[in-house]
Amino acid sequence: MAVSAAKAAPTSDSQPAPEAAPETGVSSASGALEFTKEEELHAHREMLLIRRFEEKAGQLYGMGLIGGFCHLYIGQEAVVIGMQMAVEPGDQVITGYRDHGHMLACEMDPKGVMAELTGRRGGYSKGKGGSMHMFSVEKQFYGGHGIVGAQVSLGTGLAFANRYKKNGKVSLVYFGDGASNQGQVYESFNMAKLWKLPVVYVIENNKYGMGTSVERASSNTNLSQRGASFDIPGEQVDGMDVRAVKAAGARAIAHAREGKGPYILEMVTYRYRGHSMSDPAKYRSKDEVQKMRETHDPIEQVRARLIKAGLATEDELKAVDKEVRDIVNAAAEFATNDPEPDPSELWTDILR
Amino acid sequence: MPIEVLMPALSPTMEAGKLAKWLKKEGDAVKSGDVIAEIETDKATMEVEAVDEGVLGKILIADGSEDVKVNTPIALILADGEDESALKNGASTPAGDAQPKPDAAPAAGEPKTGGEAAAKRADEGAAKDASGGKQPTGDAKATGSAAANPPAPEVLPEPDVPEGTEMVMTTVRDALRDAMLEEMRADERVFLMGEEVAEYQGAYKVSQGLLEEFGAERVIDTPITEHGFAGVGVGAALAGLKPIVEFMTFNFAMQAIDQIINSAAKTLYMSGGQMGCSIVFRGANGAAARVGAQHSQDYAAWYSNVPGLTVLAPYTAADAKGLLKAAIRDNNTVIFLENEILYGQQFPVPKLDDYVVPIGKAKIARPGKDVTIVAWSIGMTYALKAAEELAKDGVDAEVIDLRTIRPMDTDTIIESVKKTGRLVTVEEGWAQSGVGAEISARVMERAFDWLDAPVTRVSGKDVPMPYAANLEKLALPSVAEVVEAAKAVCYRT
Ligand SMILES: Cc1ncc(C[n+]2csc(CCOP(=O)(O)OP(=O)(O)O)c2C)c(N)n1
Ligand SMILES: [Mg+2]
Repeated sequence: MAVSAAKAAPTSDSQPAPEAAPETGVSSASGALEFTKEEELHAHREMLLIRRFEEKAGQLYGMGLIGGFCHLYIGQEAVVIGMQMAVEPGDQVITGYRDHGHMLACEMDPKGVMAELTGRRGGYSKGKGGSMHMFSVEKQFYGGHGIVGAQVSLGTGLAFANRYKKNGKVSLVYFGDGASNQGQVYESFNMAKLWKLPVVYVIENNKYGMGTSVERASSNTNLSQRGASFDIPGEQVDGMDVRAVKAAGARAIAHAREGKGPYILEMVTYRYRGHSMSDPAKYRSKDEVQKMRETHDPIEQVRARLIKAGLATEDELKAVDKEVRDIVNAAAEFATNDPEPDPSELWTDILR
Repeated sequence: MPIEVLMPALSPTMEAGKLAKWLKKEGDAVKSGDVIAEIETDKATMEVEAVDEGVLGKILIADGSEDVKVNTPIALILADGEDESALKNGASTPAGDAQPKPDAAPAAGEPKTGGEAAAKRADEGAAKDASGGKQPTGDAKATGSAAANPPAPEVLPEPDVPEGTEMVMTTVRDALRDAMLEEMRADERVFLMGEEVAEYQGAYKVSQGLLEEFGAERVIDTPITEHGFAGVGVGAALAGLKPIVEFMTFNFAMQAIDQIINSAAKTLYMSGGQMGCSIVFRGANGAAARVGAQHSQDYAAWYSNVPGLTVLAPYTAADAKGLLKAAIRDNNTVIFLENEILYGQQFPVPKLDDYVVPIGKAKIARPGKDVTIVAWSIGMTYALKAAEELAKDGVDAEVIDLRTIRPMDTDTIIESVKKTGRLVTVEEGWAQSGVGAEISARVMERAFDWLDAPVTRVSGKDVPMPYAANLEKLALPSVAEVVEAAKAVCYRT
C-alpha cells in the first residue's frame, strides 16, 4: 500500500501528540528540515501575524464588536504557514469556519478580514458573511464554510476543475479531526483517487472536535490512514513544527501536481483557545493546554532557533512583533470605524 | 500609558459576570496568552487571557466581585519601561483608537442574552429604532436577571390542568430536559443520541444531567456524522427502540434529511403498515444571533411539506415540555423544532406528574376580536408584543400559538377568522411556500366569505441571513411589521 511510514513521529494514539515528537521533528538527520534564515524569519513573522490577529479578534469579541461564532486559530499557526511555504502561485485553499489564519496566510488583507468579523462594509464579504464565510477570488481562497465536512467535497471539486482545465494547480483542502468522520469526506476520497485529482487533504488534528476528543469520536485515531481503503497515501506530521509541515507539504503537493492523485497529511496540532468564544473547555485540563504552550509552541520554536543560531537578536524579533502589532491594530481600527453595510445590500448578491 | 484590561464578554449572551479569581497579582509580569483571571457566568467558569504584555500594575476589580459589567476596566497593565507613576496618568484602551464609537458599534447594542435578544429585537422593531448601537456598558443588565424575560404571556391554562395547580417558572431549556428525563425514566426504550449531548451536557446545555442519571448506554455522544447517526437512529427505531436524535442545530440536519424523509417518514407507508418509525429529531431551529447564512435557517416549512412527519414548534416552556413528552410517546417520526433564543426564557409550567400537551392542537394565547395573528415558536414574541402595541391603538388582536405545524389545527384558525375577519401570519422563515402561505391557502379555501381583507404574511426577508448587525435586523421580521400588517388588514393606519 502506498502509505508512507509515519515519519513525523507524533502518533495519534499517544497523548496530545507533539509530546511524543522528538525535539527536532521529522528526520532532521537528513537535513531536509533545515530552514534558511529567510525561511525562519518568514515563518516567524507570518505565524506571529496570525497569533496577534487572533488575539485581537478575541479582544474585539469581548468588547461586543464581533458577534455570533468566532473560532480562533491560536496554536495551529504552523500548519497553514508551513503549507503556504510549499505552494505555487495559483494553488487553491479551502477550509472550514476556523479560517482567519488561512486567509492571512493567503495574503488576504488583515483589514478586510477584521472588518468582516465586525460586519462592516469593508469586509471581504461586505459584512454579509461573517467570521465563518469569507472568500477571495484574487487570492484563490475559496472559504470559509460553516458546515463541518462540506469543504472537503468542494475542495475536491476545485481539484476536479484543475484537472479538467489542465492548469497544473493543486487544491489544498483543510478540515478538522472532527470533520474527518463525515461521510462526504470518504465519498470525496474515492472520487479523488479514482480520477487522480490534484488535491492535498490537510487534516488539522487539534485533538478535539468541539468538546469531543479524537479518541472519543474516531475508531482509528491515526487519521493519516483514513485514505487507506482508497489507496491514498498519508503521513502524520508534527504540525507544531513549521519545518516539518513545509517538508511534508512539498512532498504531498508534488505528488498531486505530478498527476498521482490525492495525498493526505494529518497535521498533529493543538488549539489553545476554546472551540469558539463561548466554550468553557471543561473537557481538558489547564495543565494539558499549558504544557502544550510551554513546550511545543510553533512560534516559540522558531524564535528559539533564531536566537540560538544567532540569526536574529531579541531586539530584532521585538521589532517584528511591533510591526505585526501595528498591522493588527490598524486592522482593528479600520474594522471598528468602517460603517456597516448600506441597508440596500440586504437585497444584493442573491442572483447574478 | 498603562493599558486597561476590560471585562470581556465570553459568550454572545453574556452582559455581566463574576470576577471569580485573580491568577496574577499586582507586580507580576504578564505576556500575551497568560491566563490572568477567572470569570464566572451563569453557564460556566472561563479564563481571561492577557493580550498585552507588561506588568500587572493595578487590579481595579477585586476577587469575588459579582455582576461586573462587560467592558468595565478590571486591571491596568504597565507596558515596558513604565512604572507605577504611570498609573496616575489614566490609561489607554487596549485597542488604541479602536474603542467602539456610539455610531460605529452596532454590535454592542445587539441582543445579548437569550431572553433579552428576542425581546430587544422586538423592541427595536416596534420603535423603528434606527439609531446605531449603544456603548456596551450602557444598559447592560445582570446576566440571567428576571428582566431578561419577555412579559409572561397571558397563559390560558390547558383544559386538563386542574384548577389551583402550582405553576413553576422554568426555562425552555430545563423544560425540554425535564421532558426527556421523565420519558426516559418511564420507558427504557427511549435514548438520546447526538453531538455533545452527553459529556458536554449539550451544546446548548439542554441535556444537562442526563448522562449522570442514565449513563453512556442511553445518553450517547456521536461523532460529527449527521447523515450516519440519523440513519442509525431510524434503524434503531425500525427495530423497536425510541430514539431522540438531537441535531446541534437543524442547519446540520440538512446533512441527514434524506434519512429523515426517505427512511423515517415513508417506511410505514412503504411497508403497508408493518413497520413504523417512532423517533424524535430535535434541536435548535431558525436564526440565533449573528451566526450567518449557513447557521440561521428556519426549516418549519420544509418538514411541514412531508406526509409521514409530525412537526412541532413550541413557544412556551410548558408547551416545550408537554409537547416533547407527547412527541417521545408518539408512534411516528416527529420533528421537534426548538429555538436557541428561547432556551433561556422562563415561563410558568404546571407542576404535574405527567404534563402532556396534545399534538395537533393550537392554543389561543390572547383572545381578541378585531384581527387574528397566527404565530409559533419565536414568532410568538413578535405577535404578542404587536398585540400589546395594537391594544394601545384600540385594535384587539387574537393571537394563536400554532404549536403544531403538521398536522395543522386549521379549525382553531378558521374559527378565529370567522370571528375577526382578518388574518396575519408571522414566521421567521421565508415567505415562498412557507407555513404562512399554507395557512393562507387553507383560510381562503374554508373561510373565504368571512375574510374582510387579504391574508397578510409577515416573514423573514427573501434573502440568506446576513451577518452584519444592521442587515440581520432588517432580514428578520419585527414587531413593527406585525403591527403594520395588522393595522393594514383592519384598514387603519
Ligand atoms: C454538519 C455540521 N455539524 C455540526 C456542526 C457544529 N460544529 C461546528 S464545529 C464542530 C466541531 C468540528 O471539529 P473539528 O472538525 O475537529 O474542527 P476544529 O473545530 O477542531 O477546528 C461542530 C460539531 C457544524 N457546523 N456542521
Ligand atoms: Mg478539531
